[in-house]
Amino acid sequence: MTDITSLPPETTVSLDLHRKDMAVAGQWRLFWLKFKKHKIALVSLVVIVFMYLVAAFADFIAPFDPNAANSRFTYAPPQGLSLMLNGSFQPHVNQLKMTLNTESMRREFTSDPTKSVSVSFFVPAQQPYYVLGFIPMQTKLFGLTNPKPGDSLYIFGADRLGRDIFSRVVHGAKISLSIGLVGVFVSLILGVTIGGISGFFGGWIDIVIQRFIELLRSIPTIPLWMGFAAAIPTSWPPLRTYFVITLIVSLIGWTSLAREVRGKFLSLRNEDFVTAARLDGMSEVGIIFHHLVPSFISHIIATLTLAIPSMILAETALSFLGIGLQPPIVSWGVLLQEAQNIRAVAQAPWLLFTPAAAIVISVLALNFLGDGLRDAADPYESVS
Amino acid sequence: MSIMKSTILEVQDLQTVFPTRTGVFKAVDGVSFALNRGETLCVVGESGSGKSVTARSILQIVDKPGRIEGGSVLLTRADGSTTDLAKLDPRGREIRDVRGKEIAMIFQEPMSSLSPVHRIGTQIGEALRIHFGTAKQEQRERVLELLRQVEIPRPESAIDRYTFEFSGGMRQRVMIAMALACNPSVLIADEPTTALDVTTQAEILDLIKKLQQSHGMAVLFITHDMGVVAEIADEVLVMYRGKVMERGPVERIFHAPQDAYTRRLIGSVVKLEKKAEVRLARKPAPAGTLPLLDVRNLSLTFPSGLKAVDDVSLTVRPGEALGIVGESGSGKTTMGRCLLRIYDAQTGAIDYRRPDGDTVDIRTANKATLEKVRREVRMIFQDPVGSLSPRKTVGDIIAEPLKIAGMKGRELNDRVADLMQQVGLEPAWRERYPHAFSGGQRQRIGIARAIALKPRLIIADEATSALDVSLRSQMLDLMMKLQDELGLSYVFISHDMSVIRYMCDRVAVMYRGKIVEVGETDQVVNNPVHGYTRALLSAIPHPDPRNRRIHNRFRYDSVRTV
Repeated sequence: MTDITSLPPETTVSLDLHRKDMAVAGQWRLFWLKFKKHKIALVSLVVIVFMYLVAAFADFIAPFDPNAANSRFTYAPPQGLSLMLNGSFQPHVNQLKMTLNTESMRREFTSDPTKSVSVSFFVPAQQPYYVLGFIPMQTKLFGLTNPKPGDSLYIFGADRLGRDIFSRVVHGAKISLSIGLVGVFVSLILGVTIGGISGFFGGWIDIVIQRFIELLRSIPTIPLWMGFAAAIPTSWPPLRTYFVITLIVSLIGWTSLAREVRGKFLSLRNEDFVTAARLDGMSEVGIIFHHLVPSFISHIIATLTLAIPSMILAETALSFLGIGLQPPIVSWGVLLQEAQNIRAVAQAPWLLFTPAAAIVISVLALNFLGDGLRDAADPYESVS
Repeated sequence: MSIMKSTILEVQDLQTVFPTRTGVFKAVDGVSFALNRGETLCVVGESGSGKSVTARSILQIVDKPGRIEGGSVLLTRADGSTTDLAKLDPRGREIRDVRGKEIAMIFQEPMSSLSPVHRIGTQIGEALRIHFGTAKQEQRERVLELLRQVEIPRPESAIDRYTFEFSGGMRQRVMIAMALACNPSVLIADEPTTALDVTTQAEILDLIKKLQQSHGMAVLFITHDMGVVAEIADEVLVMYRGKVMERGPVERIFHAPQDAYTRRLIGSVVKLEKKAEVRLARKPAPAGTLPLLDVRNLSLTFPSGLKAVDDVSLTVRPGEALGIVGESGSGKTTMGRCLLRIYDAQTGAIDYRRPDGDTVDIRTANKATLEKVRREVRMIFQDPVGSLSPRKTVGDIIAEPLKIAGMKGRELNDRVADLMQQVGLEPAWRERYPHAFSGGQRQRIGIARAIALKPRLIIADEATSALDVSLRSQMLDLMMKLQDELGLSYVFISHDMSVIRYMCDRVAVMYRGKIVEVGETDQVVNNPVHGYTRALLSAIPHPDPRNRRIHNRFRYDSVRTV
């Protein structure tokens, strides 16, 4: 006898499945309705979609080439973007005035409010480029209206070579966010296949696979990665290095997914509805694809989402240690590595904080999103 | 009725609510009752009636976010002082002094209400330590005495054991010892016997009654089982959807109920006390008919060494309903699953007669034959939630066996609609998912799936035990209607003798993997031969307060008989 004392549950968000319109609501609709109640996850979803859009259209959004140096503006501070000038809409930044401090032998920049540099949207690009690798484009989202020598647009400041940090972070998103996706995809294939085999066949196959997973998980990750990464020849092109790094970071990621899949396999196999299907004469393959897979696919999506941030952090960690991606590739880890000195921290904190903020925001948002998805993964739990 | 009849606990207009997104859910809605010293008040109702929340509200242990919104709970002590428990702070000193010391509680699940990491003695002694600060040695003495009171064998060694070393009934005894530790004046028992077997239930009910008399406690007993109510109650409170439907002495509730709901409740219980009317006139299968299913010497030993099915032989005649009755762990479910080769029995034979007259041994049948047999022999599961995939529509669930059998298109649609109608479901509901249905309706979906392929034999494993009593007879009536319409035979597995008596022609009693008695239902129920059957039958609570009998029940001691 279940009694009403246990209802409604305290922490988990539950759905009132007895409502009229819920009667014909399928798995994904219930999933979405339950996910919607998780407000932070919903906000995170918006943030994540936005960040991936930025990454996809990085070439369009970033006003400059991430590797275009400008010796005139080394360590230039962020220039505040103002939208109004003399009472009318006219986006602009103030020109930077450079003086040489003869005592410390350093350039010092001050903002000159009397000289404004006009900024406008959809300006022609310096050279044609391809968005997403195949759409030819001639315009950028925003940039200087009439670039003249001495004008600059560094909304998040510049680094030691005068490269625009904003453009570098936006381009870095391309690598850093996609490495998570590609890594997770590799984990997905490995995890579902190996976990599925382990859970389905059971017996000694299961034992061997599980012990192997335990072995893999017991190896300290950073030294393992370092070992693999050190083996990558420096002469390799950046793109190939990128793929190998992806493989390395997903090497561990698949194990947790494999366990999840195996556990679901084992618990679902004993459910009455699976027994019923077997008695109906359904084949094992039919049971897997008609009953088991639909039952755990939402759990897999949630687990995958939670795996992306760890991939991002792994890439960042490797690159920060100087054994991951190497310049001229721009990733958030590479940007952090360049901020690895006292001068950056003391005099140009934007070098450190801009990429760090990008990492923190994306990892947090992905974690919240994953939490929300995980809570929604089984919309039926409150029914029984 | 004693002259000293004085109220110890008086609940007035109690309201406990659970806030939900769409408003508030009134779990307890204006409940009033009085509990007299030394008396037993039974709160009875079906699941969701708010009876447990009422009990929990008294001690202010309602699960969050539930809260008491109004009313009073007056506790009158022996010295005449009164406290309104509903006004106390749920985490405050005063209510904690009442809990365990003046009002003690025992719960339904003896498994989860005891901590597995503490020894029995420490758990029972805790209340003494908290309320009286009893010294260690004295505490131990008192705990031993309590264990003796609740009749736990060898208390000296039991005191240092852990709860998982005990059976369910023994654990419930430990719970009772814990509740008695501080000599409370009120004992609240929340379905204390629901998770137990019927013979163990009788023992526990006996014990509570005995202790109540020796301690002079008032008992507030919460249950859904009208039989238990009839056996132990002085006063009865009938609840439905958070409201009190009727309140009165047990005699009147059973023999002159005023309220329509009470009448219906009593009616559905009494209905299950005898054979179904449609079965009274039924003639037994002619003696010469060949059996549909002939099970011989079936045995299954689990890898753990447990002999779940031990040399079982039985026959099912065409068109008959064979009941298998037994307590938990008797192997009846395992045996039922062997019949369909969900489990593989190691030895024996399961001869099934196909419509063409050939017999097939299901135990050794090859894959192709088994597939054919499984279309003629179907199964109905116990759990109406777990046996339907929540991700498929009802139409898809019922259509699944038909699709596998090769039916499609228009024919399939029509057949599904017919089946739904046959089991009493609206065909228009086929697009709905199982979560939109109640337990009884879900069980109907399971039945529709079972009869979809026009089977000849259905194995129903505790098909009604997850349902409330008012739904139980409906479900059985439906199954009997289908039996007559389709010429079905049933193997009906249940722990509940009344369900078996209601619909089965013959019954087999299982005990520890063996069948101890088989016979016509009437004969087994009225003149049981085997000691275990007699013990089982006499332990069943009888829903008539004028004829209380479990106190004089027959006890079966297998060790002594062997």
